Amino acid sequence: PTLYSANWMQFITTTIMAVEYDGGVVIGADSRTTTGAYIANRVTDKLTPIHDRIFCCRSGSAADTQAIADVVTYQLGFHSIELDEAPLVQTAANLFKASCYRYREELMAGIIVAGWDKRRGGQVYTVPVGGMLVRQPVSVGGSGSTYIYGYMDSNYKPNMTKDQCLRLVSGALSLAMERDGSSGGVVRLAAISETGVDRQVILGNQLPKWSTA
Amino acid sequence: MSSIGTGYDLSASTFSPDGRVFQVEYAMKAVENSSTAIGIRCKDGVVFGVEKLVLSKLYEQGSNKRIFNVDRHVGMAVAGLLADARSLSEVAREDASNFRSNYGHNIPLKHLSERVAMYVHAYTLYSAVRPFGCSFILGSYDQDDGPQLYMVDPSGISYGYWGCAIGKAKQAAKTEIEKLQMKDMTCRELVKEVAKIIYIVHDEVKDKSFELELSWVGEVTNGKHELVPKDVREEAEKYAKDSLEEEDDSDEDIM
Repeated sequence: PTLYSANWMQFITTTIMAVEYDGGVVIGADSRTTTGAYIANRVTDKLTPIHDRIFCCRSGSAADTQAIADVVTYQLGFHSIELDEAPLVQTAANLFKASCYRYREELMAGIIVAGWDKRRGGQVYTVPVGGMLVRQPVSVGGSGSTYIYGYMDSNYKPNMTKDQCLRLVSGALSLAMERDGSSGGVVRLAAISETGVDRQVILGNQLPKWSTA
Repeated sequence: MSSIGTGYDLSASTFSPDGRVFQVEYAMKAVENSSTAIGIRCKDGVVFGVEKLVLSKLYEQGSNKRIFNVDRHVGMAVAGLLADARSLSEVAREDASNFRSNYGHNIPLKHLSERVAMYVHAYTLYSAVRPFGCSFILGSYDQDDGPQLYMVDPSGISYGYWGCAIGKAKQAAKTEIEKLQMKDMTCRELVKEVAKIIYIVHDEVKDKSFELELSWVGEVTNGKHELVPKDVREEAEKYAKDSLEEEDDSDEDIM
């Protein structure tokens, strides 16, 4: 993608993350979309449903990630009806990888696929730019992610509860939003489990505070 | 049951006045002329047994296999025209492979059997082709779905089973299978019973020698479909032969 097109600059920003817990996943994202220095949308929803219990977190080009998500939503829906059962998170992740790898030269998309299925419970798969696929218990992405690797490495422990995960994700996202100019706005969270999807928004003044100023 | 369909039986694209497609029925006759194959599903796997009639002493042992591997976790036992069956096994293999390539996991057996059945059915619609002259039994085992068994016949339908038989002695084999409590058995126990059933239904008079082809997939093989190892097969055949002798003995007592 050329550096001179203003369209390309839309949405290369972001902090997104997903965490597995016993019984589901917690995903979160900031809400800033930028075109250059201008914030085109300060309340963006970067957590996109792909199926009943499968979501993706989008970072990179807004147009590219929306287009890929639409394609995968179609493919997964068709597959699920053919099989007559709920699709696996692994299948959704593989479909994302197929598109992201095949068109890797044309695309700028960093996607985290997360959800719940009855075979393997909560799962997080990351598909960064280039189109690799790997499953991780915790994954962070987007430009703001660099500021929270240390935080995640020291604060994530396996077998956390859903509420601990929600606190971890909202804490990490607000840290990244403080430091990364390309991330900001509100924190959007979603907890996905067998019983369904539970979405929340944490507004700017309600975010955990990391500085005394 | 069988009637002459003069005039209405020349192509698969013609119905007879009583609503039958004779070409498909003739294809099923081809299956009935072949030697028997059975598949039984137990609580931790699936076992296949095929009565492979040896037409010539010059054949190499183990040639003309009637049990195929469709995917690592799926096996297929066939009866009928062997060449038709081989071509369908290639179709099944491609389907399973494409599924894995597109979706990243093992193809569920229900889906695979529906796909292959759809393919078989397509050949019953046109006069330019003939229906496949074979039936086959598909079996698989994986951690999530457990053991599965499906059968596809030349008309293109597929059903799931706990036990099924195809080929010339299928009625006799079905009777024997119904006597088993397969849901409570393990693969190791079932292998011996499958061998026994093949030996029971084999007709000593009409057909001379036969080779018993045995394969299994289940917890005992870690989900991989493979031919039963030599020692297990020998034990199963010995059990089968001994059971038959016992029955002969008991016949003599009743006078």
